[in-house]
Amino acid sequence: MVDTLVIPLLKILIVLNATLVAVTYMVLLERKVIAWAQSRLGPMRVGPYGVLQPVADAIKLMIKEDITPVKADRWVFTVAPIISMVPALIVYAVIPFGPTVSLFGRQVSLYITDINVGLLYIVSVASVGVYGIILAGYASNSKFPLLASLRASAQLISYEVAVTLTLVSVILVAGSLSMVSIVRAQEASGVWFIFVQPLAFGIFVIGSLAETNRAPFDMPEAEQELTGGFHTEYSGMRFALFFLAEYANMIVVSSVATTLFIGGWLRPFPNVAALSFLDIIPSWTWFLIKSFLFLYFFVWVRATLPRYRYDQLMRLGWKMLIPLAIANLVITGIIKVLLLRG
Amino acid sequence: MGEAIAFYVIAACILGFAVLVISTRDTVHSVLFLVADFLFVAALYVLLGAQFLAVIQVLVYAGGIVVLYLFVVMLVNLKRPPEAHSDPHRLTKVGLGMSAAVLLELGAIAVYSSRLPATPPAPGPAIPVVGNTEQVGWLLYTSYLIPFEIASMLLLVAMIGAIVLAKREL
Repeated sequence: MVDTLVIPLLKILIVLNATLVAVTYMVLLERKVIAWAQSRLGPMRVGPYGVLQPVADAIKLMIKEDITPVKADRWVFTVAPIISMVPALIVYAVIPFGPTVSLFGRQVSLYITDINVGLLYIVSVASVGVYGIILAGYASNSKFPLLASLRASAQLISYEVAVTLTLVSVILVAGSLSMVSIVRAQEASGVWFIFVQPLAFGIFVIGSLAETNRAPFDMPEAEQELTGGFHTEYSGMRFALFFLAEYANMIVVSSVATTLFIGGWLRPFPNVAALSFLDIIPSWTWFLIKSFLFLYFFVWVRATLPRYRYDQLMRLGWKMLIPLAIANLVITGIIKVLLLRG
Repeated sequence: MGEAIAFYVIAACILGFAVLVISTRDTVHSVLFLVADFLFVAALYVLLGAQFLAVIQVLVYAGGIVVLYLFVVMLVNLKRPPEAHSDPHRLTKVGLGMSAAVLLELGAIAVYSSRLPATPPAPGPAIPVVGNTEQVGWLLYTSYLIPFEIASMLLLVAMIGAIVLAKREL
């Protein structure tokens, strides 16, 4: 009873709340870091150094008037933010924050579940998230959101191909689709997969920037061309749902990159015994530190790089990343077969 | 017991959404109900213990193919009224007749098969691997290698055909 119901529910509760808090503070981090990059202070008024800014933002968004345009497709207009948000959250079910640890005399695994198709589950759930964007643009019954949503969905579908191909080469190396087994494979081989699959890592990072609609690939929200992007007509909490979904997706891709390429919850150099004093730090802390570095990188890129042009984006995706990812996959397969034979 | 309840709930949802797909007037809504239908079919696969198939169902059908449907529906303006000369009920009798025939056939199959002695399904070839994904892969590359390759050739032909049609001058 406790093991099958209470503990999973507790884990879901903790992960969901932690995610939503992390998402709101991610927004603050982004504003602060970009401000520093531009020699500004960023939010300073609410709380010391602006640490309570997310709370103020949340209250503001919740009490704002909720407007549905008269000519909008009401039903779809309401459902779209939900379709955006739900996939972004249910993906956390398979992300391994740590191994199985004993807690109060009970064996507790630091992940909600470990299914044998974990990585494919993440990819397929993320592919459903595209609907939120398409439908938001369509249901608004307005030109700019429709154009933005067409752009966004074309971009997401194109880069999904490249990203999924890199995931396949990681699966080939690890020999499993389960997220926990992939970390275990890195532990067993004593090397993070970033060193085995550097090209896949590079393509994954570029592709995930595009898949989360982040700069330099944030065409769907290009203010100069499309006013506010696909959520122009949304206000209040519905707008906030799109916003939260975008940041939740950023945390998801950071977690996936951490798990697949830089050893998940493992400490640095898991095979060097001289560094075993690092084991004092609990495994989930390593996971959070590594994911945070990725998130920081995302913000950093946004503060540094100008936006791509749309045709450049498509050219990069289809003519550079996808061929490279296919080549990487073929070479990985050949090496794997040779190693198995030799 | 729990499994039976889950099956009937999922089956009811699949049929309900399927009816909504063909009865809704708005094409976009219809496509959305189709997505919901595919998601419930995936749930049915999970219930059968075929997790790999379930995830692929979501990835390929719900996440891939229907997005393309939606693109087409959104870009082609379908909101014009039906043309004057087309009577929407002109095929009602044919449709009723055909569905009655299919229903009769299904009923006949059900009655016939219930009279046959129950035979256990023939054991398939021995699969030396464990795990859902591994077993699907093993079967695809051993017993079903030729159908698998033919299907991939078909997709390649379709892809080249689409490029040729879209780009007259290469």
